[in-house]
Amino acid sequence: MNAQKVELAGWGRTAPSAARLVESTAHDLASSWPDLVASPRGVIARGLGRAYGDAAQNGGGTVVRIRPGADPISIDEQAGVATVDAGVSFDELLRTIVPRGWFVPVTPGTRFITVGGAVASDIHGKNHHADRSFGHHVTRFGLLLADGSHVDVTPESDADLWWATIGGMGLTGIITDVTFRLMPIETSRCRVETRRVGCLDDLLAQMEANDADVRYSVAWVDLVATGDRLGRAVLQLGDHAGIADLESADASLLVDPLAFSPKTLLSVPPVPNVMSRPAVRVFNELWYRRAPRHHVGLESITGFFHPLDGIGNWNRFYGASGFLQYQFVVPFDAVDVLRTIVTRLAASGCASAISVLKRFGAASGGLLSFPQPGWTLTFDVPAALAGLAPLLAEFDELVIGAGGRHYLAKDAHTTPDVIRAGYPRLDEWKAIRRRVDPDGFWASDQARRLDLL
Amino acid sequence: MNNALNQPQTIVVLGGGSEIAQAIVRALASPALRVVVLAARAPESVEIDGVADGVVVDRVTFDATDHEGHAALIDALAARHGDLDVVVQAFGQLGTSVGEDPAEAARLIDVNTTGAVSSGLGVAAQLRRQGHGALVVLSSVAGVRTRASNFVYGASKAGQDAFATGLGHALHGSGARVLTVRPGFVRSQMTEGMPEAPFSVDPDDVAAAVAKGLVRRQPVVWVPGLLRFVFGVLRYAPGFVWRKIDR
Ligand SMILES: Cc1cc2nc3c(=O)[nH]c(=O)nc-3n(C[C@H](O)[C@H](O)[C@H](O)COP(=O)(O)OP(=O)(O)OC[C@H]3O[C@@H](n4cnc5c(N)ncnc54)[C@H](O)[C@@H]3O)c2cc1C
Ligand SMILES: NC(=O)c1ccc[n+]([C@@H]2O[C@H](COP(=O)([O-])OP(=O)(O)OC[C@H]3O[C@@H](n4cnc5c(N)ncnc54)[C@H](OP(=O)(O)O)[C@@H]3O)[C@@H](O)[C@H]2O)c1
Repeated sequence: MNAQKVELAGWGRTAPSAARLVESTAHDLASSWPDLVASPRGVIARGLGRAYGDAAQNGGGTVVRIRPGADPISIDEQAGVATVDAGVSFDELLRTIVPRGWFVPVTPGTRFITVGGAVASDIHGKNHHADRSFGHHVTRFGLLLADGSHVDVTPESDADLWWATIGGMGLTGIITDVTFRLMPIETSRCRVETRRVGCLDDLLAQMEANDADVRYSVAWVDLVATGDRLGRAVLQLGDHAGIADLESADASLLVDPLAFSPKTLLSVPPVPNVMSRPAVRVFNELWYRRAPRHHVGLESITGFFHPLDGIGNWNRFYGASGFLQYQFVVPFDAVDVLRTIVTRLAASGCASAISVLKRFGAASGGLLSFPQPGWTLTFDVPAALAGLAPLLAEFDELVIGAGGRHYLAKDAHTTPDVIRAGYPRLDEWKAIRRRVDPDGFWASDQARRLDLL
Repeated sequence: MNNALNQPQTIVVLGGGSEIAQAIVRALASPALRVVVLAARAPESVEIDGVADGVVVDRVTFDATDHEGHAALIDALAARHGDLDVVVQAFGQLGTSVGEDPAEAARLIDVNTTGAVSSGLGVAAQLRRQGHGALVVLSSVAGVRTRASNFVYGASKAGQDAFATGLGHALHGSGARVLTVRPGFVRSQMTEGMPEAPFSVDPDDVAAAVAKGLVRRQPVVWVPGLLRFVFGVLRYAPGFVWRKIDR
């Protein structure tokens, strides 16, 4: 185990704090336990720091980055399940399993997250309406508890601890390894239908009509466009391509149908904020124009699921003050709130380059899990933008008023009241947490800020 | 903990009655704000407007000259309210003599400089422990180049300013930071009845500059911003020129 004091922030690079960073395998951690117990302000796990806000930082305390141990990925091909060290990234995982004909049941918009982070945030993907969140596919995990014991948790062994940990933001313990079901694939390509949709109402109607028939569905919405182009979008519907799809599209791919070796094309150095409204307007225009009006074709896993991963450190585009990603879900019957927020954003002069609209299916059961049936929208905004604070406060009210909620993995600005209103089972979760961590050993900046402890 | 919009949950004002500091509290107030501590010599008599109903206003006794008590006071505040996100060092006196009364001059230094150092170190220790937070120090351009008309005050602010910027360097990497604020003439109760100097501003202007400086994580802000360039030149103006300007 080695430890050093460092300033840590989330992917949005806002509100950093300094903590002792310990890098260790789960195994070694057990041996250095007394050292962790001495930490004055508790301990929190950190994966690859892709949560946008302050979930994986712990000012004045200790942050543990769990490294994969030896032989961190084991696959049971018969059962179609994998047992993976929590510190393994989806990047490493996919490089191992895709060539063997397997895919993760749920992937976020980046490969650079860990399996531990996927469980702790109960992440969702473009297939949420069909396949729910990551936690839904997990069958067991190992958990290091505040008293130093290492337990195996399943829904049968301790249902409370199970649903408090899935989506529990690392506040019940350190997840050491995770067993989950894999998805079989024939090829490493996706068959993707792309459509340009001219306005928000068309988009909502098309998503509603098509989601039941496709595994993956997501829309990239231009939140700068106004007037009759308000909410124009590029809608993508897709699924994993079969061998037959490759045959008819591009037979040369049959040589190695499961080929997977993604590359990072360039890495962004520290720069001032370049995401000004004019720049974003141009970017969004190109994004929209580049998309075909209607097209069905093959895309790589990277191209379809992780398009931003080609650019390393793209979060630096927002300059030193950083940015935040606002993500909420509102029930389907509150679609007017979604409309209001899109309208207000477009009119506000906020420049949001990357915004994603998606329909959620059933919730997983995690007490603090984010997904619930409804529309979810995400958008990125520079933190130093003038007028942002009142705008987001207004959105918070709208979302809560409609029975919606905010995603803890993205949240960096909201208040304890807003989280409490969005997560009606928060007290139940707190009671379970108190049972397994009576002295408040696990703690993060986010937990302090939002009164989760 | 400050959120991503740099909105604090807890603000402490040392010198709670300061007009400038109260404007800063209002500028930093948001739905995230939970506690405002007003630390003053006569805390019962300190009023504050523009703070929402749900916010706890805690009034505590604080004297800048009680150097031995500062660290304990800060510790007690942290014990009571949790992490201190923004601490504003706002106390200060202008003094009445122009430098003929040694005892009065020493008392001024005791408040403005020694008090700034002892309370600043108490705050720094807490910010270090929590690994985040900002100390906002109300310095003054009067300390950048001292004037014949108030050079004891100027000297006291120069000491405070040098301490604050140095502390900022010392805290580098600790998660905590210092924002040193250098206003020119501010129309407040401190300067009431005095003839206005060029580049005069209101407490709200200082507050806006502080809020912006915190978001941008700047080490120093001048108010108005132009003074940075004005004093960039005046600092090195020959003595006879400076004396001419300073009348
Ligand atoms: C470009 C981009 C796209 C994204 N797209 C999506 C998306 O489509 N869907 C989605 O759901 N999310 C998405 N996210 C968010 C991301 O998936 C989550 O924030 C995820 O939790 C990050 O994992 P991480 O390993 O980086 O964890 P960190 O950010 O390091 O930590 C996140 C939380 O997990 C906890 N944690 C991490 N490891 C462990 C462990 N071993 N044991 C216990 N707790 C642990 C931490 O304590 C913290 O609370 C995206 C993020 C980015 C940057
Ligand atoms: N106004 C300007 O033009 C100007 C310009 C540049 C910098 N500044 C600086 O800004 C800061 C705030 O000034 P302001 O304009 O807001 O003036 P202010 O309203 O007079 O505030 C100063 C505060 O300091 C308090 N104080 C004085 N002595 C103290 C002591 N020994 N212990 C505790 N508190 C004490 C005063 O409280 P009581 O006396 O009621 O106890 C008063 O509330 C000062 O540091 C000042 O030097 C002011």
